[in-house]
Amino acid sequence: MLSNSSASVNSGTAVSSDDTISSNKVIDLIDSQNRINFLQIQGLSKHYLKNKPIFSDVNFSIDKGEFVCIIGHSGCGKTTILNVLAGLDTASSGYVIMDGREVKGPSLERGVVFQNHALMPWFTVRQNIAFAVKSRWKDWSNDRINQHVERFVEMVGLSHSLEKKPSELSGGMKQRVGIARAFSIQPKMLLLDEPFGALDALTRGTIQDELMGIVRSTQQTVFMITHDVDEAILLADKIILMKNAVISGDSYTPGGIDQVLNNPLPLNRKRANLHHLNGYYDLRNHIVDFLIGIKKTFD
Amino acid sequence: MKSLQLKANVLSIFIFVLLIGIWYVSTLTAGSGSSSSSASGMTPEQIEYQKLMGKDIDSQKSTGFPSPAQMMKAIGYQLSNPFYDNGPNDKGIAIQLGFSLLRVGLGFVLASLIAIPFGFVIGMSPLLFKAFDPFIQILKPISPLAWMPLALYTIKDSAQSGIFVIFICSIWPMLINTAFGVSSVKREWLNVASTLEVSPFRKAFLVILPAAAPTILTGMRISMGIAWLVIVAAEMLVGGTGIGYFLWNEWNNLSLTSVIFAVLLIGIVGMVLDLCFAKLQEWVTYVE
Repeated sequence: MLSNSSASVNSGTAVSSDDTISSNKVIDLIDSQNRINFLQIQGLSKHYLKNKPIFSDVNFSIDKGEFVCIIGHSGCGKTTILNVLAGLDTASSGYVIMDGREVKGPSLERGVVFQNHALMPWFTVRQNIAFAVKSRWKDWSNDRINQHVERFVEMVGLSHSLEKKPSELSGGMKQRVGIARAFSIQPKMLLLDEPFGALDALTRGTIQDELMGIVRSTQQTVFMITHDVDEAILLADKIILMKNAVISGDSYTPGGIDQVLNNPLPLNRKRANLHHLNGYYDLRNHIVDFLIGIKKTFD
Repeated sequence: MKSLQLKANVLSIFIFVLLIGIWYVSTLTAGSGSSSSSASGMTPEQIEYQKLMGKDIDSQKSTGFPSPAQMMKAIGYQLSNPFYDNGPNDKGIAIQLGFSLLRVGLGFVLASLIAIPFGFVIGMSPLLFKAFDPFIQILKPISPLAWMPLALYTIKDSAQSGIFVIFICSIWPMLINTAFGVSSVKREWLNVASTLEVSPFRKAFLVILPAAAPTILTGMRISMGIAWLVIVAAEMLVGGTGIGYFLWNEWNNLSLTSVIFAVLLIGIVGMVLDLCFAKLQEWVTYVE
């Protein structure tokens, strides 16, 4: 009940923020230079075995406020790319540049939502988020930290569970706490590693709506891994399709980015009306065809 | 669940009564059998002769193993005045126990002060872990009492040697468990800490320590169990005070009731110590 009501509130704000996004796209030149190519990835590759990189020559960029989803089969290196962006892993070659600076090591400027929430089980929900907030703003008073924590817990509709331990929460609630923790440090960029993979379809839909609402209202830049085609179409402005490395006989072709698709669907799309929108099935079929191995180009 | 616990309790009481019954019956036949069979078929002169030979057949003292009733009387006597102190070889049972607990406590605390921080360090560093592993593996299986001569020679004080023996036997389980607990903290929690740029100090105390705490406490619990086993043997060797010395002293007095009393007491105190650590363990255990 509670999650439903918060979801509808969020989608309400999402509609109103659409105009702000489109109007923000025509601002002055200086700002637009900061916004465009906010994150740049150049010539990224990673190998564990010499001369057999999992992926190579990965180039793409993310604008400020853009929501980018990456889709590909298991083992194509999606999580490795995300970990490199997070600073938890290092690439064999190539650069990641965010906001004009090279990414070297983990930073509070990039919040990460981990696949299985990664909450500390010995902390309550409040303590888990306060741990992050205190790391971000070391000189804040306890009152201020608590206010901040409560604001972000309210955002994901879990105010009633503030003093609970993660073990007392359902899977969906845990993942919400993980999202609140990542948002609470107000990072310049949010990285989500298949955050809804372990959730059932109903919970997944609700949290997708919530996430979309929050992202639209905060204009958060997001990079997200997913296996769910509909999730990518719903959330992403840009969808990156990754291909696996291919071994045929003696020749080895490393994996990498196959195509980058711009999502043509209107920004005010919702989960409920997604499949009625013009172009939805074209996009969906294209991605599914790619995943099952039929090569085409999408325009 | 509740009825199961109740059934178990009833069964425990039944087993207890049965054991006491067996004990009672076996001491009854042994005591009465020897005195009646020998004394009845003898003339007064023969009895007198036996007494002169040192075989006092009528005496209750030499009936061998004490009966449950005698045991109860002895326990009552010991517990009625546990704090008396009549010089070096005659102290109340509480004082003796106190000495043992003090030694165990001191040795254990010293060991944890070294083992837990050191275990933390080698748990964090795979290099140090591998480097120290052979030493730990060789030192660990040595019986703590084997250190006793070296301790006595170098420390030159029997009381301190006892504490040293407790120290050396409690250090290994704590060290190994701490190192293991720290090294197997979930990768994802460490990743969270590093993406939040948490300082090493906060990471150690707010992430690694709570994550490893259940494993560390298991090590402490094992250490305490071993320390309590070893203190009895150590005190038998070094003498002077303590429950182990009391037990050996009463054996020299041939007071089996006191020996049995001491044995029971060692068991009960050991159980209480273990329960304390079980409570502590419950307190730091988290559910994922």
